[in-house]
Amino acid sequence: MASLRDIQSKINSTKKTKQITKAMQMVSASKLTRAEQNAKAFVPYSEKMQEVVVQIAASGDATHPMLQTRAVKKTGYLVITADRGLAGGYNNNVIREVYRTIQHQHTDADEYTVIAAGRFGRDFFKKNNLPIAKEIIGLPDQPDFSDIKQIASEAVEMFLEEEIDELVLFYNHFNSAISQEVTSQKLLPLTDLSSEKGRSVQSMYEFEPDAEEILKVLLPQYAESLIYGALLDAKASEHAARMTAMRSATDNANERIDDLTLTYNRARQAAITQEISEIVSGAAAQQS
Amino acid sequence: MSTVTTSIVTPDGPVLEEDYEMVSCTAENGELGILPGHIPLVAPLKVSSVRLQIQGRTDYVSVSGGFLEVRPDRVTILAQSAERASDIDVDRAEQAKQRAEKRLQDKQANLDQIRAEQALNRAINRLDVASHAR
Repeated sequence: MASLRDIQSKINSTKKTKQITKAMQMVSASKLTRAEQNAKAFVPYSEKMQEVVVQIAASGDATHPMLQTRAVKKTGYLVITADRGLAGGYNNNVIREVYRTIQHQHTDADEYTVIAAGRFGRDFFKKNNLPIAKEIIGLPDQPDFSDIKQIASEAVEMFLEEEIDELVLFYNHFNSAISQEVTSQKLLPLTDLSSEKGRSVQSMYEFEPDAEEILKVLLPQYAESLIYGALLDAKASEHAARMTAMRSATDNANERIDDLTLTYNRARQAAITQEISEIVSGAAAQQS
Repeated sequence: MSTVTTSIVTPDGPVLEEDYEMVSCTAENGELGILPGHIPLVAPLKVSSVRLQIQGRTDYVSVSGGFLEVRPDRVTILAQSAERASDIDVDRAEQAKQRAEKRLQDKQANLDQIRAEQALNRAINRLDVASHAR
């Protein structure tokens, strides 16, 4: 059995670990609140954007390359992961899903390319020799639109210049603080626009200069805003995942401290019992 | 006098939502002045200032990468970034302007050139709008 002092030092170190995981849990909790606020602030913009885009697309005569499906020779995967770990399965879930999709869909490395947002995804794809077209790391915990603007517009440009023929987004969708799920979303071409909502709207717009010109400006912005929306969603998931992971780490530390304390007390008791029996037997030996 | 509800929305949240008598802005095709009761209209905006008038007072907002959506009772401006004149960080805009000017002088690749020009444009616009802050 380990000595009393060994057990005591294990208890102390576990307590220190617990303090750290507890602090990280609380930090993530407050970051999650902020991330949710950011996501909320973004909603009016995205809703309005969608409304206008749908109306223009539904008005019929205007066309734009971003609305048209073409034969897919090359697929772009935009993968959003975190820069840091300690977030449970957050990064691995996304990466595994992307990897499986790639293995499943493609036989040749020319058929796809990866745009990696976040250090974990980038490192994984680099290590496995998958083609990375663009990467961005070091995104802040509370990203502004300007932080993602460049890579978003580059991704959209790749589609417009026919480097890629479709763009698929992979990220963790935020369901609630305890549940996030990996989501894949086909971003480009924008196919699901003209369907439901556009028809019911009463007012038809006058376009200045004309619908086609407006689509040219509007659609890239719309696609960029969708990417930003996904990023906000992913960030909220990241903080939630980290919070959950740190909470269970704290729980585990508590459990371990309890176990160790029990062992410590048993060992202490055994030592005392042994000492008493030694004294008693010593005294008995003298009397006789 | 009748007014039109005007809101300016960016991905980072709403910037402004108030009633105004007249909204003037610079679209790709030229100046637009919107009064209440305007027919529905959509137009992309230049990197420019939006001027909002109410009771003899004029509010200035800088916008970049945006467009304008008009309905008879409502004007919405969706922009990738927008700031009220009083919220503009003049020092930062000044620095951005100098950075962009320096990059333009360096004459590197073409793409950088275009980016630098756009950045310069935005910085100048911000400074211009900030000079109207009350």
